[in-house]
Amino acid sequence: MTMPLEPGQIEVAFTLNGREVVVVVDAAARLLDTLRYQLGLTGTKEGCGEGECGACTVCMNGNPVNSCLVPIFQARGCKVETVESVENEAVFALLGSGGTQCGACTPGVVMTVLWIVKNRDVLETHSVRELMAGNLCRCTDYDGIINGVDRAAATGGAG
Amino acid sequence: MPTTLGEALSVLEELKGDAVPIAGGTDLMVSWPERFIEHERTYLDLSGLDELRAHRWTEDALEIGALTTFWDIVRDPQAAREMPILVDAARTVGAVQIQSRGTWAGNIANASPAADGVLSMMALDAVVELAGAEGVEEVHLDELYLGYKQMRKRADQLITRVRIPRRTLEFQSFVKVGSRRAQAITKIGLAITRSDAGWRVVASSMAPTVKRCCAIERMLDDRVPVDGPGGFAAAIGSDVSPIDDIRTTAVYRESVMARVLFHELARVCPWICAGGDSV
Repeated sequence: MTMPLEPGQIEVAFTLNGREVVVVVDAAARLLDTLRYQLGLTGTKEGCGEGECGACTVCMNGNPVNSCLVPIFQARGCKVETVESVENEAVFALLGSGGTQCGACTPGVVMTVLWIVKNRDVLETHSVRELMAGNLCRCTDYDGIINGVDRAAATGGAG
Repeated sequence: MPTTLGEALSVLEELKGDAVPIAGGTDLMVSWPERFIEHERTYLDLSGLDELRAHRWTEDALEIGALTTFWDIVRDPQAAREMPILVDAARTVGAVQIQSRGTWAGNIANASPAADGVLSMMALDAVVELAGAEGVEEVHLDELYLGYKQMRKRADQLITRVRIPRRTLEFQSFVKVGSRRAQAITKIGLAITRSDAGWRVVASSMAPTVKRCCAIERMLDDRVPVDGPGGFAAAIGSDVSPIDDIRTTAVYRESVMARVLFHELARVCPWICAGGDSV
């Protein structure tokens, strides 16, 4: 497979929320487009489309990434987790602390929060505020989100 | 998608430099769909080159691979101990979502004058390994850039490794001035180190490229007394050439650079201290 990529259709296989999927998509598609329009997983939102706002955050091979900045051809063989994989309980911590209002940023926020909860050792070197800096929210004052992370981290994500 | 360096290099050679290598994509993917269709460029996906992913510590260097991400270095306690300005730079490059995809080599290849990673790497005397059809060559990072987005790297060459010498650093400091602490592009960036090799002062967003400030380095090596930020003005004038742009003005850049230099250096250089008339 040393063919250089050119505009056109390509086939991409990856693991999505624990399930193997194979999609045929435009070579120029982003992971975000594929999730939303090809696979119907519309939980992941498009905000700025340039890696600033974090609304499109998904986990890829264990780390949060902006799915608007991932070309679909780089998802080959990767493990991708979206907000659709999240148990309701995990979101309750955020709801309870006032960490969500209009909901546009929430799917991305939830993905980053759960990544922190699953990788709690990052809190030895980073503050929650720094770790959440890639998820912009225009409704809350962020304190609700930060408190939600603290609650989720304290309870292992079960709220 | 190539899975070995040899395959990648032969694609580059075959396309005579018309292919754009893509690693983490955090720069190239901004406005991606338009770009792809309008320019019909061919992208060479590097993400399968596992041999270039890991970074490693040899006896005398930190070797960063073409696919080593910012986050890889942020999470390496050895880096935090020995080269904290690398970690400091990585943590300001963007949020975790960017750090986990963006690569150090991509930061170099993107050739932005505001590149945070380049700033710290240059202050640590990094050497860039370029591989191409004709073999491998090494270029000192401070000699790589020729002008705005211009590099001494041919289109058939890939950055395969960055080697940062392990030295005893008596001082190292990374300062980024931006509009806000997170997710901001640098208005004025400075990385300063001091080792057996002498002082290194590197500035970003102050010239068409990230740039070493040799006049300031000489002042420090010669211990020229400075009694306030203004004492750096002449050297700054000869080292950099800032412009007015959407982020700030040239005047602000020069004045803040002088203050940051003074603030950082007065802590460690006895010959740099506030005089009677300094601000």
